[in-house]
Amino acid sequence: MIVEAGQLALTFAFALSLLLAIIPLYGSFVANQRMLLLAKPLALGQFLFCLLAMLALIYAFRTNDFTVVNVAQNSSSTLPWYYQITASFGSHEGSMLLWVLMLAGWTALVAQFSKALPLLLLGRILGIMGVICVGFIAFSLFMSNPFERSLPFFPVEGRDLNPLLQDFGMILHPPTLYMGYVGFAVAFAFAIAALMGGRFDSVWARWVRPWALAAWLFLTLGIMLGSWWAYNELGWGGWWFWDPVENASFMPWLAGTALIHSLAVTEKRGTFKSWTVLLALAAFALSLVGAFLVRSGVLVSVHSFATDPGRGMYLLVFLLLVVGGSLLLYGMRMNSVRSQARYQLFSREMMLWGNNIFLLTACLIVFLGTLFPLFHKELGLGSISIGEPFFNQMFYYLTIPFALMLGLGPWVRWKQQQFTPLVKPLGLVLVAALILALGVLASMQSVQANLALLGMLLGAWVGVSALAEVMLRMRQFGSVTQGLTKLNASHYGMTLAHIGFAVLVIGVAMTKTYTEERDVRMQEGDTATLAGYQFTLVDVYELDGPNYGGQAAELDVRKDGRYVTHLHAEKRFYRIQRTIMTEAAVHARLSRDLYVSLGEELPGNAWALRIQVKPFVRWIWLGGLLMSLGALLALADKRYRRKTPPATKQEVANA
Amino acid sequence: MQPRRQKRLFAILLVIGLLTGAVAAMLYALQQNIDLFYTPSQLVDGLGKDKIKPQVGQRLRIGGMVVAGSVKRDPESLKVSFDLVDTGPLVTVIYEGILPDLFREGQGIVAQGVLQDATTIKASEVLAKHDEEYMPPEVAEALKGIKHVPPSQQQPASGSY
Repeated sequence: MIVEAGQLALTFAFALSLLLAIIPLYGSFVANQRMLLLAKPLALGQFLFCLLAMLALIYAFRTNDFTVVNVAQNSSSTLPWYYQITASFGSHEGSMLLWVLMLAGWTALVAQFSKALPLLLLGRILGIMGVICVGFIAFSLFMSNPFERSLPFFPVEGRDLNPLLQDFGMILHPPTLYMGYVGFAVAFAFAIAALMGGRFDSVWARWVRPWALAAWLFLTLGIMLGSWWAYNELGWGGWWFWDPVENASFMPWLAGTALIHSLAVTEKRGTFKSWTVLLALAAFALSLVGAFLVRSGVLVSVHSFATDPGRGMYLLVFLLLVVGGSLLLYGMRMNSVRSQARYQLFSREMMLWGNNIFLLTACLIVFLGTLFPLFHKELGLGSISIGEPFFNQMFYYLTIPFALMLGLGPWVRWKQQQFTPLVKPLGLVLVAALILALGVLASMQSVQANLALLGMLLGAWVGVSALAEVMLRMRQFGSVTQGLTKLNASHYGMTLAHIGFAVLVIGVAMTKTYTEERDVRMQEGDTATLAGYQFTLVDVYELDGPNYGGQAAELDVRKDGRYVTHLHAEKRFYRIQRTIMTEAAVHARLSRDLYVSLGEELPGNAWALRIQVKPFVRWIWLGGLLMSLGALLALADKRYRRKTPPATKQEVANA
Repeated sequence: MQPRRQKRLFAILLVIGLLTGAVAAMLYALQQNIDLFYTPSQLVDGLGKDKIKPQVGQRLRIGGMVVAGSVKRDPESLKVSFDLVDTGPLVTVIYEGILPDLFREGQGIVAQGVLQDATTIKASEVLAKHDEEYMPPEVAEALKGIKHVPPSQQQPASGSY
């Protein structure tokens, strides 16, 4: 019954989304206030019914209702309860319902927290969100129904959740990532609504900015969690594989990063208008491209879902309609928008423009690298693969100028900046960064002309510069304590996010350069030495888990004879899915991770083990976390919550 | 020139310069990093209409089924060798390291490596998908002459399990 109720709730949600897509938009053209006022209750109702549908699905998973195909294929009665809940979005159908729920959730949030918006604009925004909801709820309802039953014949036990997804990271990763993906729909809806009305100004940018920031915050967090999950769960100590599905999330992130920077220019200076709108369209379009790539099966990847040409076709058509329609509107309306650009070559506008150019180049590289094999095959030129080295090489080239510019950017004033006043502070920053980078490397006795040195220098440059800049701004208000409260929360957010980037760059460079890895053949009692650590295999024994068996290895780690830690690595055999999973043992410290995974059993009572020492690998996720925190801090800025924003100088000048 | 035009010209030139540089660097990097995919019979007989065979030392990917009984391990180290097959000839893959969890005889795998001689590949990476019935799509196409449909997508007969 509950399952049918869930299906019914989703159908209601579909009906409400249809109304939401039609009534307020129509009302905005005939200037009917009552129609516009309907948008808010419709959006909230739609969210409520989507939530009911999701709860019904979770109920079906918790009660082991194997008459539901989705439950039978992705869960089992032996699965721990928390994984039974996450299994509800572990399949294509379930994750699509989660996607729909998030989309309806964002729509409801916009409806609830946009009191400052004019009714006409709000109606249009919610109407456009409604159009997107129609597309996705219809997809969930008609193309991939999560509530489908297999009556009258049904299995007595489910096929269990893919063991790869039985991990703590999997509880958090999909919801956060989807929040991010779908969040860009809000910026998209703002952009389309503004295109309809032809109003682009600083106020519009101030309205969009928190939404774009919130979406970016979730996407950053989601990608970071995904990387952390892959590191823990795939068992080989990799944290980024340039896998098509990872790339699918990275592209909207790059476009979204460009968007939040470009929005700053539009808000503060009233320029870059058409560019900002285009980025808002691109960020969401790339989210849709990602959904298409993951769900259509055109690309083979570790975590793509089961494929179905019909579903792929639906998403492709939807993508083309959204992109085509929005670009058409953009082309028709954008001609009339003119920015009064009054800025010099060396100005913050130009620095942020440079930021956008680099981010979009990076996005283009990822796009081409991901889709090139697809075109190559479709053109009949044979199957190819583009490996990690391509992406790595391209990102080395891009990161160097990008990081150099990032250290400089926040110092430069709007409109025009003279070189001379910057020479002294930046010179000091440069010296401090050099001392810091070389000092850290020297303390590790590893000052060499390599990637680690480059990464350290760039990271120190960006980090020190960001810190020094915020200190100097505080001093301009008198004392540091006075300045502390005078600066905007968004300024601190920017500083924190930039420091996060510096931490990330250092983490990547150090891990890439100094990771040591060995595959060894060990018997009980054997010791292997790597990077000064002695790993001793103490014991290997049989495992007995709730839904898996397998072997576990116990290792003792010593350094220079001193005991460091005990490691416990597992090789699990999941009985129902009949798959083997490597559960690596990780000992994490800020300066290094010890990572051991248990391989196959070898003849002669021996085991294959992969031992890794990965310096600074935690910094990669720490960097991502700092960036997200930066976005959170920027969101807390008071000016986004003013009911009637005061006019900026620019608007006064234009009036 | 007026400062405004000068600025615009500079901006346009900068964009063109950056784009040219990026595309050139990208093509160069691509050229070095494209790995063609072969099945064992394509490797021996040549690929496509012109029957182009890979050269010794070329980086490539090979996909096929592991021949039962062909896996040979070195007792003292992690060296291993095995044969791959699709429809005809055998190709030998040698590898040192830990094989993936799902590596089994009779299982479809993909190996990335360098061609050592006409029928031997020194692999740097061996991949097996987390799906028991997995077969690389290209191998499935070569074996059956049909487009590959992943097993998870074939509707299971109701109540059959």
